Amino acid sequence: MSTKEKISGGAPVLRSSPATEGGSVPASRLVSSLAPPIDRSCRVPLLALLGGAALWLVIGSVLAMIASIKFHAPDFFADYPWLTYGRVQPAADNALLYGFCIPAALGVMLWLFARLSQAPLCLPFVPVVAANLWHLGVLVGLVGILIGDSTGFAWLEFPRGGSVLLFAAFLLIAISATATFGQRRERELYPSHWFLLAALLWFPWIYATGNLFLIAWPVRGVVQAAIDFWFANNLLFVWLGLAGLGVSFYFLPKFAGRPLQSHYLALFAFWTLVIFGTWCGIPQGAPLPAWMPALSAVAGSLTVVPVLAVVTVIWQTVRGSTNCEPKGGPFCFIRFGLASFVLSASMLITMACPEISRVTEFTWFGLAQTQLQLYGFFAMTMFGAIYHLLPRAVGFEFPFPKLVRVHFWISTLGVLLLVVPLAVGGVVQGLKWANPDVAVVDVSAATLPFLRVSTTGLLLILLGNLLFALNIFGLTYIWKIALLKKAIAIVKTSLEAEGETGSAFASLRRDKEVRA
Amino acid sequence: MKNGALVFFAVFIALGASWCGFVLAPELQLGGAKQTNILNSTDLYPVGRPGAANLGLQVYRANGCTACHTEQARQTGIACDVVLTSAGKNPEAVSNLVATLKLNGLAKEVADAVSDQISAAGGKAEIRIVATGPDIARGWGMRQSVAEDFLYDYPVQLGSLRAGPDLANAGVRAPDANWQLVHLYAPASEVKDSTMPPFRYLFDVRKIGGVPSPDALVFPKGFGPPAGYEVVPKPEAKELAAYLLSLRVNVPLYSAPFTP
Repeated sequence: MSTKEKISGGAPVLRSSPATEGGSVPASRLVSSLAPPIDRSCRVPLLALLGGAALWLVIGSVLAMIASIKFHAPDFFADYPWLTYGRVQPAADNALLYGFCIPAALGVMLWLFARLSQAPLCLPFVPVVAANLWHLGVLVGLVGILIGDSTGFAWLEFPRGGSVLLFAAFLLIAISATATFGQRRERELYPSHWFLLAALLWFPWIYATGNLFLIAWPVRGVVQAAIDFWFANNLLFVWLGLAGLGVSFYFLPKFAGRPLQSHYLALFAFWTLVIFGTWCGIPQGAPLPAWMPALSAVAGSLTVVPVLAVVTVIWQTVRGSTNCEPKGGPFCFIRFGLASFVLSASMLITMACPEISRVTEFTWFGLAQTQLQLYGFFAMTMFGAIYHLLPRAVGFEFPFPKLVRVHFWISTLGVLLLVVPLAVGGVVQGLKWANPDVAVVDVSAATLPFLRVSTTGLLLILLGNLLFALNIFGLTYIWKIALLKKAIAIVKTSLEAEGETGSAFASLRRDKEVRA
Repeated sequence: MKNGALVFFAVFIALGASWCGFVLAPELQLGGAKQTNILNSTDLYPVGRPGAANLGLQVYRANGCTACHTEQARQTGIACDVVLTSAGKNPEAVSNLVATLKLNGLAKEVADAVSDQISAAGGKAEIRIVATGPDIARGWGMRQSVAEDFLYDYPVQLGSLRAGPDLANAGVRAPDANWQLVHLYAPASEVKDSTMPPFRYLFDVRKIGGVPSPDALVFPKGFGPPAGYEVVPKPEAKELAAYLLSLRVNVPLYSAPFTP
């Protein structure tokens, strides 16, 4: 038993567990065989989930670059149907969300459930199968979008084959996570438990609803749009919020060196987020019965409550903490992610206000909010978590640990250069659309300078993603080499042993000869 | 919270409520919607799109046109315009009166008063109801888009970004099929400085054989293929153009009235 387990073993870990647990053994000292059994049990599922996720992350940002360049040079790749803007852009978004964000979150969740339960991962082969199914589903879905098989519904573009695979894979991972949760030694729940368990239940419900009522047995007319708005909001705002905050509330106290302040406030944030947040998302100008956008506007203003609660939790936890983790590490990612969440939620609330939405609706402002939520908040939080946990689970240090810091700064700059110009450009664009005397081409022309800057942001994000993938793939490579060496060593020793005593086969043969 | 069942309960209550609100309720309210009457008429609306246009919607979906174009006109309100229909027996007095009055963009009561003034002077006036707002002023619709407009569409392509203009009324704004096709083939030829990517892959460029194709595009001066070649739309392009021509928001409805 390692020191780590002794510290957190049987004692009531609840209030202090994330703050103390795992902090005692620096990752650099770990070697494969020394990784504690809880971490070790997550190793293969994590590598399967995160390796594919890192690949989709890079592919997604390449697709996003291609899409962005088209605004400066409409002729760019114009003769390839599969690279037309309307296919590349949704493919890029889906690669980021379904390719990276969700599987990364699932991997981090599995590890968190095992850690919080003080027990090794249950059914570890199930998430490995699920990871492969999931990534196959993303492949089918992305190829589907690029060849023109998109369903045409925002955030549900994956054709049937892809979404069925994703759904099955999610259920499998949820089974393993829930079984691990059931094995916990401490019965009382830690705040992260609420958020992550809710996320596990949330996704199958909304994903099934979206796919059944929009694709399998489509409803009529504009009800399709209503369901799609509901789905998109529940996935992008609520699900990502639940999963991201759940992860953050585990790492925040760990990095700040003091318990979460406080559990009740976090519980309050949880309840208000699931109750109010889930009603947001119907745009104010949508051609739906008027009560729907009105209800969404009310829910939008009430969503201020969970956002303020989250701000208070962060502030109270980080304030006055003296033994913060060294700068430049995973903590920076988590902190940046939380700040982005607060900002993107504020943008969402702003857009739900009917007067403001007259300007911001249908502009780049909405895309800025989505990108901030997806990349600034969620992906960055996942980066932080993965940089912290993956070396522990695999038992090796990252091959390029210095790149973590570089990745953070490049991505931070990238997010700023992507989101700020899009948001400002969106307001400029909205004001111009609101003035009927401004010609259509002049509105487009006015947004171009902002789009140029955002392309630079995307380029930086692409670089950052490459650095991340480099570390993930490098670590996987190191682990595989070590595995190979170990296998060779085992074979060698068994061969040597055979030389002394003879192999089992030889003795069997001898037995037969004797009988004959 | 002590156990997982409570979390399940929380999710069930919260998500279940919004599911009933935004999935079930609109389905109950609109899922069984039927055609309605056009305002002050017995004609039914909407009639389904023609076959080619329906196929065109699938081309629109497959190529993700909705990434840059919305299909929903918005309106900020309703106003009344007073239109002089007859100057009556004393045209000079009426025209003098009319010159002093504001006739457009009036509230209902003001419009009634103006109309009364004109009748008192011996003229005849008619009050017309018009939708207002920048989208309407741009010609993106005679009124706002409403649920009825999308009754027969699958998938409904509302869109969320206007990188280009709204297309709800595209068929009224540019009713010429050749214009639509040329614009798809080379957007900059019809709209200077357009940032729309060209969709050349929906067309064939080929040598003119014995007889030129009747479908060949007619380009504005300075554009088009080299001499001896013609640009012929593939079926997808024709369907897409048919779909764009079928997009119109020019019918008054009970839920979105205006005077046609």
